Amino acid sequence: MADKRKYVIPGDVVTSGPFRPEQNVILEGNDIISTVVGISEIYDDSVKVIPLTGKYLPKIDDLVIGKVVSHTSLSWELDINSCYIGFLPAMDVFGRDFSTHSDELSSKLKTGDLVAARIANFDRTRDPLITISDRDLGKIDDGVLVKISTSKVPRLIGKKGSMIQMIENGTNAAVTIGQNGWVVVACESAEGLSKAKKAIEMVNEKAHIANLTDLIQDMLNEKDES
Amino acid sequence: MGGRDATMVLLDENGIRCDGRKIDEPRKIVIKAGGLKNADGSAYIEFGDNKILVGVFGPRDVHPKHMSNTDTGILRVRYHMEPFSVGERKRPAPSRREIEISKVIKEALEPAVMLEKFPRTAVDVFIEVLQADGGTRCAALTAASVALADAGIPMRDMVAAIASGKVADTIVLDVNNEEDQAGQADMPIGYMPSLKKITLLQLDGVLTPEEYKKCVDVGVKGCEVVYELQKKALHEKYFGNRGN
Repeated sequence: MADKRKYVIPGDVVTSGPFRPEQNVILEGNDIISTVVGISEIYDDSVKVIPLTGKYLPKIDDLVIGKVVSHTSLSWELDINSCYIGFLPAMDVFGRDFSTHSDELSSKLKTGDLVAARIANFDRTRDPLITISDRDLGKIDDGVLVKISTSKVPRLIGKKGSMIQMIENGTNAAVTIGQNGWVVVACESAEGLSKAKKAIEMVNEKAHIANLTDLIQDMLNEKDES
Repeated sequence: MGGRDATMVLLDENGIRCDGRKIDEPRKIVIKAGGLKNADGSAYIEFGDNKILVGVFGPRDVHPKHMSNTDTGILRVRYHMEPFSVGERKRPAPSRREIEISKVIKEALEPAVMLEKFPRTAVDVFIEVLQADGGTRCAALTAASVALADAGIPMRDMVAAIASGKVADTIVLDVNNEEDQAGQADMPIGYMPSLKKITLLQLDGVLTPEEYKKCVDVGVKGCEVVYELQKKALHEKYFGNRGN
């Protein structure tokens, strides 16, 4: 489907002609120009570039891991590893009948807590609005936070989740991947935890290697025998 | 300043300049993308005897808050020379010259950087000149644009820069420190090679209209050479030996 993959840097002409410019490309005259360092993909009628570097930019419906940095009487502020802070209204947690008199925000989430959340709304005029009222969302009670580069998140997930499934099966760990590059690993055994952590860090460092899946599989098997 | 002979010939009868270059030959340029772990993006450039390190942070939130713009992100550039970058110790406080160059570089980068994608944020560019030998603003601009690309900040095009000038009545490419001091004109040019647009053009000296045109042409050609090296630096970091 996607053919003619090319390594591009800002200013490189990806292609010319009647294509629809999608992510990270601009139309300049008749040329489609890349705006980031990345890999270009040309589809039947559109062109996009997958970035290899850069900060996380919130997108509606993304699952992210956030860290509570502070709260007011009405909302929490979450660090979501982006240039914007996540805004989590108290009503989202306490429900409709939230009242500033009877409910104390720090009883639910304290500064420093990790939260699995979804971006409910985001546009350029306001900070991203975050929700945790959904299945599998909410405060994360145990696990280790691993920070990886945002651009490596798709690699960690793999094709249809193949990479992350392999890591989870190989270590018995539960891995929550935030699109913002923050990953929480929870595992009952200390060995599985450190192995899963190592595997994730390996993906982060060696994302460009073609047979990374085999490499990770070897690493996961290796320690089982010893 | 520097260790070279003060009574040198700027251009000899064979068209060879004081440091052995031909009139259209730039100094040796080495660019390396990345290198600083704590910055979001970085680059190091050796441009002849110039050595410059650039770190980029952002987009991140703006402090002080009143500087932020709800329509677009802002770009902040600090050009700074180390006390040991020149022959005689330079006082480390920002001088008038450094403030001006910071502004000039900022304005040369602004047409390329797509800040409108990040309203209410700032992108900070820190340029540290470790060793100076004439043409630092061009070298700094070149490195800054590589560092911005390394930070993943969307850009319409890279900005490549080089100075052309007039030395001993001849238009030359890449004016070094001696030629800058003793030469007749110096013209730093910043250029976006794919869009074919000039983002920085300064001129110190006197040129006839014909010389001016030639100077710009020579400079733009030089920028294309610099651009290839910027490209090489980014390819080396991100694609290794693969790719084009």
